[in-house]
Amino acid sequence: MSDTKRSHLLHLGVIAVLFALFFVLPAYHVGNLSRIMVLAVYAMGFNLLFGYTGLLSLGHALFFATGMYGLGMAMNSFGIAAEPALLIGLICAVVMAAVVGFLALRTSGVAFMIVTLMFAQAGYLTILYFGAYTRGDEGFVIPQPDRMIAGIDITGETARYFAALILFAVVFLLIAHVVRSPFGRTLVAIRENEERTRMLGYDTDRHKLKAVILSGTISGLAGAAYALLFGYAGATFATVQYSIFPLLWVLLGGAGTTLGPIIGVAFMFYLIDLSSSVTQAYMLIAGVVLVLLTLFAPQGLAGELRRRVMRWLP
Amino acid sequence: MAAVILETKGLTKSYGGLNANEDVDFELRRGKVTALIGPNGAGKSTFVGMVSGRIPATRGQVIFDGQDISALPAHKRIQLGIAYTFQITSVYAGLTLRENIAIAARRRLGKDRKAVQTKVSGVLEQVSLLDRADQDAGDLSYGHQRVLEIAMGLVQDPRLFILDEPTQGLAESEVDDFVTLIKTLVGDTTILLIEHNMDVVMRTADYIHVLDNGRSLASGTPEEIRKNTAVQAAYLGTDVDA
Ligand SMILES: Nc1ncnc2c1ncn2[C@@H]1O[C@H](COP(=O)(O)OP(=O)(O)O)[C@@H](O)[C@H]1O
Ligand SMILES: [Mg+2]
Repeated sequence: MSDTKRSHLLHLGVIAVLFALFFVLPAYHVGNLSRIMVLAVYAMGFNLLFGYTGLLSLGHALFFATGMYGLGMAMNSFGIAAEPALLIGLICAVVMAAVVGFLALRTSGVAFMIVTLMFAQAGYLTILYFGAYTRGDEGFVIPQPDRMIAGIDITGETARYFAALILFAVVFLLIAHVVRSPFGRTLVAIRENEERTRMLGYDTDRHKLKAVILSGTISGLAGAAYALLFGYAGATFATVQYSIFPLLWVLLGGAGTTLGPIIGVAFMFYLIDLSSSVTQAYMLIAGVVLVLLTLFAPQGLAGELRRRVMRWLP
Repeated sequence: MAAVILETKGLTKSYGGLNANEDVDFELRRGKVTALIGPNGAGKSTFVGMVSGRIPATRGQVIFDGQDISALPAHKRIQLGIAYTFQITSVYAGLTLRENIAIAARRRLGKDRKAVQTKVSGVLEQVSLLDRADQDAGDLSYGHQRVLEIAMGLVQDPRLFILDEPTQGLAESEVDDFVTLIKTLVGDTTILLIEHNMDVVMRTADYIHVLDNGRSLASGTPEEIRKNTAVQAAYLGTDVDA
């Protein structure tokens, strides 16, 4: 079987499993999985830039929050319906990513990390500053009756699960396609050796800017979807913590693998969930597991899988 | 078509007070092999770096095929048909050999997977690395990595192929293969070869250009250079083909 075929089967298989899980899992886990799938979209956006292009942004919460507030404020402050609001959230994220990318890519390495971190911090402070409209730290609830897509109420557990699954599937297949395309292979080339890639005649600056925009847009889409599906937008989602989360998820799951994000998010979600049901000191357990994983599976779970058994894993 | 494919005028690179290249005027004949020689630190790598755009010039002009490319960024120059191999091996260590060459091929062949595959296999065969195609480039021996570097240039079908000390670290038999390879390219491809191994220079070069201390010292046919007393002096009194 060719690698392309295997890759298609793998990705469709994952989606099929997620579909089937809805009918098998108890309600509690179905709820968790909805959240995990939306956060995995965020992680996939981050992974495109970090895992595939080799650019470490410490400010991706800015893109997540941009999508979230773009949609949230369009709906709450302007009374716009969910579908166009989703589009507005998406457009806001594209613009934000283009601006941040254009400016931040003048730097590289540690400076890029700092600059993206600073942009995100500025975004967070802006949300607080305009607290009269954004409701600051407290955030705001998007009323249930407004949360309809194509006439379907997506606040119920079932509709929400399938909305999250559709979103996840679309982005998952999109990423799977992108990373196998010439564009995606060029991003990997830039990650591996930027100077060499430039000297093969590629406009590496342009590729990196495109990667930031695509990555930021997907992260923003996740933010908008999160607000819509869970009915809440708040400044917490713009904090540094929410910039660090996707890094942890992707490192755990496997940077530069298509499966890494969903694995990483699910793993961390249940790690905290399970350990907090056992002890108050759950962060300690979570911390120890994370350290062990970093020591023994430095390429993350999917990365280890690729290294040991499935070299073709995209 | 003009007989000269590449020309530089007053090309200069200063690092602080030091001029790594100073007012280098140079002409490269189309379809020929020109060797760029000179002692270590003479400025050979700096020169080809400025030609390819990798190193920004302090001043001076680079004219490629009648077009002034002095202001073009490196990738645009490469896109005009200039391929460049690094003196210090620079491959994608974490990717397979096949993917290394495919990246080089894809810039021109783009989305046409079949064409890329065919082209890559052809070049792998040409440089006798087909049996190692699926190994990671980082796991190859140093000599094979040098050959891979050359293959990444070849696959671009360049009009001008710049090679910076390609035979450094190659075994005797690999050097012979390299000489044979260069001879098959002559005519379609113009080759600018930086080379320390005088045997290789004498076997391949139609013309030789000598740099010393960042300045042009001499240029001419191998015969003329061999007899040139200034060149002999630069090589510490030894005969250049010694
Ligand atoms: N990045 C740099 N900064 C400062 N000096 C440099 C740099 N690169 C090269 N040089 C100096 O320029 C001179 C020419 O170097 P180079 O072009 O590498 O010579 P060659 O390739 O002929 O051995 C040397 O004296 C070298 O030390
Ligand atoms: Mg050199």
